Amino acid sequence: MDDKLVISKYIFNSRLIVGTGKYKNLQETAQAVKNSGAEIVTVAVRRVNILNKDEPLLMDFINPKEIMYLPNTAGCYNSEDALRVLRLARESGGWNLVKLEVLGDSRTLYPNMIETIKAAEVLVKEKFEVMVYCSDDPIACKQLEDVGVVAVMPLGSLIGTGNGIPNKINIKIIKDQSKIPVIVDAGIGCASDASIAMEIGCDGVLVNSAIAKSKNPIMMAQAMKKAVIAGRLSYLAGRMEKSLYANPSTSDENKIS
Amino acid sequence: MNIIDMIEIQLNGKPHQLKKSVNISNLLKTLQISEKKVAVEINGIVISKDIYKKHIINNKDVVEIVTFIGGG
Repeated sequence: MDDKLVISKYIFNSRLIVGTGKYKNLQETAQAVKNSGAEIVTVAVRRVNILNKDEPLLMDFINPKEIMYLPNTAGCYNSEDALRVLRLARESGGWNLVKLEVLGDSRTLYPNMIETIKAAEVLVKEKFEVMVYCSDDPIACKQLEDVGVVAVMPLGSLIGTGNGIPNKINIKIIKDQSKIPVIVDAGIGCASDASIAMEIGCDGVLVNSAIAKSKNPIMMAQAMKKAVIAGRLSYLAGRMEKSLYANPSTSDENKIS
Repeated sequence: MNIIDMIEIQLNGKPHQLKKSVNISNLLKTLQISEKKVAVEINGIVISKDIYKKHIINNKDVVEIVTFIGGG
């Protein structure tokens, strides 16, 4: 079946995007990414450690020629900081596809949508292809789409909480109204959460903590891979109609008594 | 070396001394950092890799060298 994830001009077989933070070490990160089957990983931009040149680099473990790096703006609380980080990221890797996130406060890490939209406008003008972490607000998502971003990534719940997707209706409305991919970012806690996102009809899921903070990240990476595939197939196949009363699975025909 | 031949810059938030007339390529080489894996910003402006050999670092420049790390 030809069912690809298309973001801007890029085509992917996997609908799972994996974050590379919070793992025990870079070996574990690389193994989890491999087992997840993800073709895109999010990465952060930070100062090089000048004093310790032997410190291992992410690029030594995950080859950006094999797995697409999606630079993020984690830790940015205003549009200027986010723009600075992504301009540096583009120069470092040469990629235009980026993940914009502008946070509102450190307790909720909820996106500041005013600053986010402001930054998105500038980035689109500078020919970036922008995927945006955003609130699960259909109006904000529409505004982002009108600005020209290539994907909206509404949160399922707060970053790193693993609380799943409490507001499925909003995500469904966002998916229904969007002409660009909708990827649930943040809040996924276990494999079934990822399946639910896909069954709602989302185009993809971004998972970090649920894999990295699992007791067995390598196994959870596999679980997420399968959950996203299962959820997508379930969505495409279409669920049966619900009914209030039972409907026997076995026919009464030729019953012995 | 004569002290006059030295300049001081702010490198990744800390004071750093280097020789006069050093370009970005030279600085990265001295620091044993691979050009391919980093981006360089000087005084708030991202510098294109194409001009690392041409761009001379000046006294009091604020230099940031960044790379990718794990992140969500």
